Amino acid sequence: MTGPVPLTLSRRADLALDDPALRSSVRNATSVMGVGRLDALARLENPDQLRDAARAARASTLADLPRLLATWADAFESRGGKVCWAKDASEAVAYVLTVLKRHGATTVAKGKSMATEEIHLNAALGAAGINVVETDLGEFIIQLAGETPSHLIAPAIHKNRFQVADLLSADAGFDVPPAIDAEVAYARARLRESFLSADVGITGVNFAVAEAGAICLVENEGNGRLCTSLPRVHIAVMGMERVVADWAELDVMLSLLARSATGQDLTVYTNILSGPRQPGEVDGPEQMHVIVLDNARSDILGSEFQEALACIRCGACLNTCPVYRNIGGHAYGSVYAGPIGAVLTPLLNQHEPAARELAEASSLCGACHDVCPVRIPLHDMLQQLRVRHVPQDAPRLRRAAFRLWSLLWSTRGGYRTSVWLARAALRLPAPRRGPGWAGAWLSSREAPRRKGRKL
Amino acid sequence: MPVVLFATCLVDSVRPDMTGQVLDLLERAGGAPVLARGATCCGQPAFNAGFNKDAARVASRTVRALDSSVGAIVVPSGSCATMLLRHLPQLLAGTRWESAAKAVSGRVQELSTYLARRLPSTQSSADEAVAYHDSCHMLRELGEHEAPRALLAAAGHAVREMPGQDRCCGFGGTFSVKLPAISVAMADEKLDEAVATGARVLASCDLSCVLHLDGRARRRGLPLEVCHLAEVLT
Repeated sequence: MTGPVPLTLSRRADLALDDPALRSSVRNATSVMGVGRLDALARLENPDQLRDAARAARASTLADLPRLLATWADAFESRGGKVCWAKDASEAVAYVLTVLKRHGATTVAKGKSMATEEIHLNAALGAAGINVVETDLGEFIIQLAGETPSHLIAPAIHKNRFQVADLLSADAGFDVPPAIDAEVAYARARLRESFLSADVGITGVNFAVAEAGAICLVENEGNGRLCTSLPRVHIAVMGMERVVADWAELDVMLSLLARSATGQDLTVYTNILSGPRQPGEVDGPEQMHVIVLDNARSDILGSEFQEALACIRCGACLNTCPVYRNIGGHAYGSVYAGPIGAVLTPLLNQHEPAARELAEASSLCGACHDVCPVRIPLHDMLQQLRVRHVPQDAPRLRRAAFRLWSLLWSTRGGYRTSVWLARAALRLPAPRRGPGWAGAWLSSREAPRRKGRKL
Repeated sequence: MPVVLFATCLVDSVRPDMTGQVLDLLERAGGAPVLARGATCCGQPAFNAGFNKDAARVASRTVRALDSSVGAIVVPSGSCATMLLRHLPQLLAGTRWESAAKAVSGRVQELSTYLARRLPSTQSSADEAVAYHDSCHMLRELGEHEAPRALLAAAGHAVREMPGQDRCCGFGGTFSVKLPAISVAMADEKLDEAVATGARVLASCDLSCVLHLDGRARRRGLPLEVCHLAEVLT
């Protein structure tokens, strides 16, 4: 989780629901991306077939993950790349700090990376006195705001251009007008200095190509390419599941990733990085490190939830989710938000009740499954997570109530009696409040009425 | 042709008169409908909340009752039909009701799907604008989009589409009471879109969505009658 999680999911949701700027920003942006996705897929000859192929490829990769990771690492190391196998967040953070210390680094230019969010790298680097500059525009904005990303691919999705202008103006010391062009121009000039002064660049990884020992990094701003080529050292942090077997598989994933995410056929930049600068090459970092992060992924592997690791982080499930649409990402209180976050967070943080609670953040409508490029049955997984959580988390009264209900309704007499009671209750004046779940219903809805129309 | 109506627990408990309306529709569709004897509930309320054991206990009762009947099993609910079709064979796998669950699964049809191919066009001049809410399981699990629209049109209604047509209304079983504020925010967007179509009636094939949307519409005092498709077709 993102450190201490304040309040309950329900309270965090209330705060988001009371923020009209947030709701309208999230609604607008997710709608635009959602429509873009539909248009982009419609341009493909056979998008469903491609999604089936992608799902199959991810499944076969996950079934063979240790071997593919080893193949990838051998090839990468043969060109001088360094690999760190990090069991958890603290090992990953410690490795980064060691590399930074060895190079006497004081400034880091960072590309957008959810894996570094997962290990809370910025906080650790800040505590160690390192100056970290987020160079993705959205990440830069939320860094100025002192916030965390609220969307997988659009970290500042919850902010409108007026709020962004205020943040940039405060950073600049002069007025940056609330126009997108002006905002981008300011950020570009400001960030250019960081690329040039940074000792180390830190990025995420979209895919590791096993047969080639390379990593692939996609982006739209060119900042990722600058982070990986200008500083002397490049460190990439990668979730251990982000491997594809070969170039053909990468092709399938890239064909779906940007289309599912923003509706682009391809991102503006697709970077393939296969190691540090080789003899005779004129550019590239002197050292390249890839941290392969486990952080509880091994526990998911081989479980009924293995397919959750097939995720390619496109964000389509967030864009289509009616819950995310209404509360945005921060209300989840976790690094990963939306349907995939509601599945991954409880799996990655099994021992935290606040993480497990996220399995409730869904009406199980299935829209997420509908749009997922690799067809992860997220809605089924949410139901399975609820099953897993019942013994630990369900209040005793609720367990007793469901048991009583099931005993009654598995007999004819019990069922008839409760139906008779329900009908009798509906003849009474409709209540406006009640205890527990009845009260939760009545707080904002009338009680059901017995007669429909034409009766 | 024998056809069995599994009215569902929600209809039994909250809208008992709907049973008669659905039986009439089934008769008009040329069937000889009978009520499923001894069937109670598909177990969905508990399943949705993660109480699989309790869900299975109730579902096995219903599966056993339905398995002893003959003919198509018609369910006036997209989500209960999904439960019977898709989830119960898995939920009851490894129990002595496994084969019954599979057999029942093969006989289940959602009401509008069943009626669409059979109900004669009334050529009535109902001529009412009706917004139709696609319930999630109906649309995504059963893949049923056309049948309810065709039935409304055949009854002389003008079907009005909403911009967020495939977006959930926010009911979601226990979600509606565990996270009521989000649930209602979702209902509000759906209701606003329905009102904006100019229709006075919002129909759906799931009574659960109907009770949620109707309860919210009445609390807000909206000029909208939310009802089950069967109540519009009757």
